[in-house]
Amino acid sequence: MRDFLRSNKREASAFVVLAGLLSLYLWSHPIGPTTYVMTIWANQCLILALAAMAQFFAVIVRGIDLSVGAVMALTNCIASYMVIGSGIEMAFGVVVVIAAGIGCGLLNGLLVVYGRIQPIVATLATASLFVGLALLLRPTPGGQIDYDLADAMTLDVLGMPTALIMTAAIILLIWVPLRRTGLGLGLYAVGSSEQAAFQSGMPVAKIKLASFAMGGFFAGLAGLYFSFVTTTGDAGIGPNFTLNSIAAVVLGGVALRGGIGTLTGAIAGAFILKTIGALMFFSGLPPLAQPFIEGLILAGAIAIGGADILRIKNRLEAFGR
Amino acid sequence: MPKSEKAIVRLCGVSKTYGATKALTDVDFACFGGEIHAILGENGAGKSTLMKLVSGVIQPTAGCIEIDGSETQLAGPAAAISRGLICMFQELSLVPDLTVRENLMLGAPGTSLGRLDGNIVARAQDILAKIDGAEIRMKTRVYDLSLAERQQVEIAKALSRNPRLLILDEATSALNASVVQKVFHLIRAERDRGVGVLFISHRFHEIEALADSISIFRNGTHVETFDNGAYDYGAIISKMVGQRIDDLFPPKREPDPNAAEVLSLDGFGWEDTLHDVSIVLRKGQITGLGGLDGQGQGDVLQGLFGLLKGTRGQCIMGGEPVSIRHPKMAKSPALSIALIPEDRKTEGLILDQSIARNLELAALGMNTIDATDPAIYQPFLDALELKCDSLDQPVSQLSGGNQQKVALTKWLALGPRCMLLADPTRGIDVKTKTQIYALLRRLADSGVAILLLSTDYEELIHLCDETHIFYNGRITRQLAGANITAENIIAASLNIPSKEPATRGSVHA
Amino acid sequence: MKTTSPRVPSLDILVPYFGSVLLIVGGSFFFPQILGFAYLAQQLQIASFLGLLALGATLVILLGHIDLSVPWVLGGAAILSTSLAGSGDPALIALAIPAALIFGALVGVINGFGVAVLRIPSMVWTLAINAMLLGVAVLNTGGFNPKGEASTTMIWLATAKLAGIPVAFAVWMVFTLAMAVLLKKSGFGRYLSAIGYNEKATFLSGVSTPSVIFAAFAIAGVCSAMGGVLLAGYANQAYQSMGDPFLLPTIAAVVIGGTSILGGRGSLVGTVGGVLFITLLTSILSVMQISDAWRNIIFGVIIIAMLLLQTLRRKAA
Repeated sequence: MRDFLRSNKREASAFVVLAGLLSLYLWSHPIGPTTYVMTIWANQCLILALAAMAQFFAVIVRGIDLSVGAVMALTNCIASYMVIGSGIEMAFGVVVVIAAGIGCGLLNGLLVVYGRIQPIVATLATASLFVGLALLLRPTPGGQIDYDLADAMTLDVLGMPTALIMTAAIILLIWVPLRRTGLGLGLYAVGSSEQAAFQSGMPVAKIKLASFAMGGFFAGLAGLYFSFVTTTGDAGIGPNFTLNSIAAVVLGGVALRGGIGTLTGAIAGAFILKTIGALMFFSGLPPLAQPFIEGLILAGAIAIGGADILRIKNRLEAFGR
Repeated sequence: MPKSEKAIVRLCGVSKTYGATKALTDVDFACFGGEIHAILGENGAGKSTLMKLVSGVIQPTAGCIEIDGSETQLAGPAAAISRGLICMFQELSLVPDLTVRENLMLGAPGTSLGRLDGNIVARAQDILAKIDGAEIRMKTRVYDLSLAERQQVEIAKALSRNPRLLILDEATSALNASVVQKVFHLIRAERDRGVGVLFISHRFHEIEALADSISIFRNGTHVETFDNGAYDYGAIISKMVGQRIDDLFPPKREPDPNAAEVLSLDGFGWEDTLHDVSIVLRKGQITGLGGLDGQGQGDVLQGLFGLLKGTRGQCIMGGEPVSIRHPKMAKSPALSIALIPEDRKTEGLILDQSIARNLELAALGMNTIDATDPAIYQPFLDALELKCDSLDQPVSQLSGGNQQKVALTKWLALGPRCMLLADPTRGIDVKTKTQIYALLRRLADSGVAILLLSTDYEELIHLCDETHIFYNGRITRQLAGANITAENIIAASLNIPSKEPATRGSVHA
Repeated sequence: MKTTSPRVPSLDILVPYFGSVLLIVGGSFFFPQILGFAYLAQQLQIASFLGLLALGATLVILLGHIDLSVPWVLGGAAILSTSLAGSGDPALIALAIPAALIFGALVGVINGFGVAVLRIPSMVWTLAINAMLLGVAVLNTGGFNPKGEASTTMIWLATAKLAGIPVAFAVWMVFTLAMAVLLKKSGFGRYLSAIGYNEKATFLSGVSTPSVIFAAFAIAGVCSAMGGVLLAGYANQAYQSMGDPFLLPTIAAVVIGGTSILGGRGSLVGTVGGVLFITLLTSILSVMQISDAWRNIIFGVIIIAMLLLQTLRRKAA
C-alpha cells in the first residue's frame, strides 16, 4: 500500500481534491444536488475528460498532442451531417465519426514514428489541417444531431447521469483490461525509456502508433459527445479544448515527460478543471474576476504540485524527474 | 553437460560500420552451449557491438549470422529473445518508471503486446533470492533502486526468460564480491544444464574465475580464442592492447604526513545517510573512499561539491570553515574544487555536443582562464592520449574510455586544488585505466589533493595513500600505508572486525 | 589542438530561405505584384511582429522549454502601452514603451521562477501564467476592448518607413543583432544549448543553470512585449486576444528555422528565415483569396512537408 500511494501520490491527491470540489459545488449550487444539476455537470466534465484521455495517450508515450481540439472540431462537424436519420444511418454515422478520429490519430502517429517529427510540432501542423477540413464541412456553425440519441446520451439512467456511466464504462471496459496487456505496459515503457523498452523486446513503433491511434479514438469520442451536448457542428471549438486537455492531464498527475500517470488520473484532472469552472459560476464572485481566479487556481494547483521540489535535499534530484 | 557440438550462434565474416567508423571488421566467431565464453578487449574493441549484433539490437553491415546452423536475420531484440538469445545490457534495459514486477513481465517471451504473464515474476523472484536480492520488493519503482539492485533485477530478468544463450555485458560491475560469487554460481549452473554464456567484464579476476574459453578482440577484429588458463595475465593483456603493459599502477611515493591540509571535513553528515565523517585531504595525497555500493561515500563527494542541502558538521579550507552551496561556488578560484561525477554519460558530459564544446563548459565564465584557448586543454589530452578524428566530433561517437578522458580534461584545465572523483574507471579498458592512474599520481605529485571513490579495491590498495572504508553512512575504518590490504578492505566493507594489526596478505586478485 | 572549423551555416538553416524564395517566385506567376518592392517591404513590416516573438521563443526553445504565455504577454503589453499613451499625460506617454517592456520582463521572471525553481514543465506553467494574464486583462478592461491609443513613437516604430525600409523591420533586426552578439560574446548562448541538451551535466559543470533559465525567459518576455508594442502601434489600439493567432506560427517559425523543439540545436539566423517563410506563406495564401478552410489545409500540409524535409536531410547527413 505504501508503495502504491507513493507511486500514485499525485493521482491520489487529484481524487481527494475532486471529491472536495464536488461536495463544495453541490453544496453551493442554488438548486442543490439534484439529478438535473449532476447531469449538466457530468456532461460538461465528460467532454473535457474525453479530450484529456486523448491527450493522455499522447503524453504517456512522451508526446504532446496539439491537435486534440482540432480532431474534436472535425469529428463534431462530421457528426453534424451523419448522426441523424434512421437507426442504421446513425450507427453508420457514429462509426464514421470514430473512424475519422482514429484516422487523425494514426496520421499524427505516422508523422511522429516514421516522419521522425517531434509530436508537439507534428500535431501543431496537423491541427491546422484538421481545422481546415472541419471548416470545409462547416464554414459556419450548423447542422443537427438526432435529438433522441443526443438526449439518451446526455440525460440520466435511473437518476444516474449517463455521462458518469460512460466514464465508468470506459475505465472498466477499456482501461482496466488494457493495463493487463503487454500493450498497456508498453505504453509506459516507451514513455519512460524508449531504449529500455526496445532492448526488452517491445515493438516500439507499433506501440507509439497504437497510442496515437487511441488518442485519436478518444478525441473522436470527445467530438461526438460534444455533438450530443450541443446538437450542432462548429469548426471553431478546438483551441480551448487542446490547452485545457493539457492542463487536465497535468492536474490528474500525468507527467508531461511521459511514462507516469493513469487514464483515471487524466479523467479526474478534467473533472477537477470543469468543477472549478462550474463552482466559479455559482460562487457569487464578480463575473469579470472569474477568469483571473480560474487562472490563479490553475497556477496555484500546479505550483503546489511542484513545491515538493523545495524539500529535495540533493540538488541533483531536481533534474530529470 | 559438456560443450555442445553445434554452435548456437555463429558469425560469418560479419562487419559493422557506423558512417566512416568501423566497429567490427570481418569477424568470424562462434559460441556454443554448455560453455562460458568471455570476451576481452579494450573499449572500442568491438565487444559491445558484437553483443548488440547477437541480441538483435543492430544488424550487420556485411556478413551473416547463423543460429543453430541456419542463416537468420535478427530483425530486433524481440526476434532474438524468441530464439532464446537473452542479453543483459551494459546500459540497463530496465524501464525506470515501471515497478520491478512490471519490468520483469515487459517483453517476456510469448507476451509482446498481448496478455501479461505473471508466472515469470515468481521465477525471477526465486532467482533474486539466490543472489541476495530477496529484499528487493516487486512493487518498488526501478527508479528508486540502487545501481547494484538494478543489476540484480537485470540478472533475474534475463535468467527468468529461459535463455539458450545468455549474454552478460558488464553485468556485475556494481555488485560487491559476495553477490558476484552468487551470480557466478547461478551462471555455472546455467552452463551445466547446457546454456551458452557470453560474458564481458573488465575485471580480470572475474574472468579467470568464471570463463571456460576466452576470445580477444582488438580494434574491431577477432584476435584469438583460447581456453582459459592457456595464457597468463600479462600475455592476455598484451594480446588485448597489442603491446605489453608491465605496470598497471604507477609506483607509490612515501606520503608526507605533514603535508599541508587542503580541505578537511569535521563531523560531516547529511540526512540519515551520512554520519560523523571526518577526513583530511592533504596536498599531494590520494585519499580513497571505499566500501560496498551506496554506503555514503558518494554523498561525501556530492556534499563537497555543493549538491547537498542541510549538511551537518564543518568543511574547512585554508583554516576557515566554508559552506559550499552549489557547484559554481565549488569551482570558484577561492575553493577550486572539481568533481568527476559517477555517470559520465548523463552527468559528466553532454553527449550530443562536440569535444571542444564539452571541454569549454567548465572553464566558461571563469575570469582566470580563457575557455576558448585550446592550449589549456592540450597538455592533458596529450597525457591521456585522447583518440578522436577532430575536436568537433560529438562526444557520443567516442568510446567510454575516451569520453572519460574528455570529462577529466574539462576539469583539469581549471587547475583545481582538490579533485573529487567518483569511480572514474568503472567500465573502462585497461589501457585507459593505466593512463588515468598515471595522471592522477602526477597530479598528486604536483600538489593537488585527490579524493577518489572506488569500487575496485585494487585502486584503493595501489593508488591511495590513505583509505576510508564506509559502512552504513559511517567510516568504519581508516587504512593507511601497509594496512591497505584486500582483506582489511573487505572486512571493513562488511563491517566485520579484522585481525589487528593487519598482516600484509596476498593482494593479487 | 585541432582547431574548430569555422561555422558554416548548415543547409538546415538555409531551407526556409530557399522556401521563401520559392514562394515569391512561384507566387509571382499568379500574382505579379508579389515581385514589387512595395509588397515585399510590407511583408518585412508584417514579419517583424512575428519575428520579435520568434526571437524570444528561440531562446526558450533552445533551452528545451516552451513559452505559451506569448499571447497575453503581447496582449498585456499592448493594453498597458496604449492605456499609458492614451492617458494624455506626457510623462505617462513617455513611459508607454519602457513600462510595456518591463512588464514583459516581469512575466518572464515569473515564468522562469516556475520553470527553474519549482521545476514545473514550462508547457504547463506558462499556460497557467497565460490564463492568469488573460484574467487580469479581463478584470481591468471589463471584457471590452481597452480604451487608449498608440503613442506617436509606437505608430512610427510600427508603420513608418525610412528610405523605403519599414522601421519595424529595422527594430526586429536590431533586436536580432543585439541578441546574436549577446549569445556569441558572453557564454550565454553556449549555456542555453548546453542546458537544452543536458541540464544536469551543465549544472555539474559549475554553471548557474537557474540564472540562465531566468534570463532566457525574461528576454523572451521582453521580445513578446516589444511585439505587442509594435502591433498596438500598427493597429493604433489594443484589442482582446490580439496575441492568440500568433502563438502557433511563432513555434512553427522557430522549428522551421531548424531549431530543435527538444532544445540544444538551433540558431537565430534560421529563425529569421522561418519567420520570413511563415509570413510569406500566410500572405500569399490570403492574396490568393481562397477560403479559410483551404488556407488552413495548405498551411498545415506545407509545414508538414517542410518538417519531413528536415528529417530527410538529417537522415542523409
